[in-house]
Amino acid sequence: MNLRRDVFQAIADPTRRAILLLLASQSLTAGAIASNFDTARPTVSKHLQILTECELLKQEQTGREIYYHLNPNKMKEIADFIEPFRQMWDDRFNKLESIMKNYQSKK
Amino acid sequence: MEKKTKINAEDGRQDLVITREFDLPLDLLFKAYVEPEIVEQWMNTKVVVLESKPHGSWQYETSDPQGNVVLRMNGVIHEFVPEQKITRTFQMENTPFPVQLEFLVFEKLTEDTSKLTMQIVYKSPADREAMLKLPFAKGINMAHNRLEEVVKQLI
Repeated sequence: MNLRRDVFQAIADPTRRAILLLLASQSLTAGAIASNFDTARPTVSKHLQILTECELLKQEQTGREIYYHLNPNKMKEIADFIEPFRQMWDDRFNKLESIMKNYQSKK
Repeated sequence: MEKKTKINAEDGRQDLVITREFDLPLDLLFKAYVEPEIVEQWMNTKVVVLESKPHGSWQYETSDPQGNVVLRMNGVIHEFVPEQKITRTFQMENTPFPVQLEFLVFEKLTEDTSKLTMQIVYKSPADREAMLKLPFAKGINMAHNRLEEVVKQLI
């Protein structure tokens, strides 16, 4: 694995995030993906390579074409990263809310 | 079900935004940030100092069940406008984490509901990621502690 490229670096780029969004609903070939962007095709290829290297995308050979699709497990890793932090704040705020509701009724 | 607390952490940035809507009037929400004994309850910490005014300082400390202080946090309040905003710094003492800047905006939605928007600015995107990973480790510890308690009851 190329350590230089972790998942979070991969999604730091807006074009790469757009590619992930595009592939969220369908599998596409490199050509079809590139046609959605004004960027030069080799640039899109480079993005696809990076996304594939860090396992956010998977390639699948269908006949002569290679289709790209999302790797849901890897995408989940990203969500999992933020979720505990969100949960911590949600717990705190829930507590704040119930304390203040009590406070209000005591008044 | 829609999540009440939302986090917008755009990739590659050094800040994030936490938003939350409360079933509380604005004045009560704000009070929960100002009254030390209330802060202690929901933040699960001890308030050592809390000077809610411009140039005021604050310090909280958190202890383990045995009473040993495990974490001290402190900062300075830069802006303090009642029921509108608090701008402050936040730093964990004796840790390598750099100070962070927090912008808290309080808004009235209806007579009975209010909204908090909290923007946290870190020193760098890498510092943000490091900070995000923290509560995850803490969550695991808490789960372990809970497990311990349950096991103790079984014995």
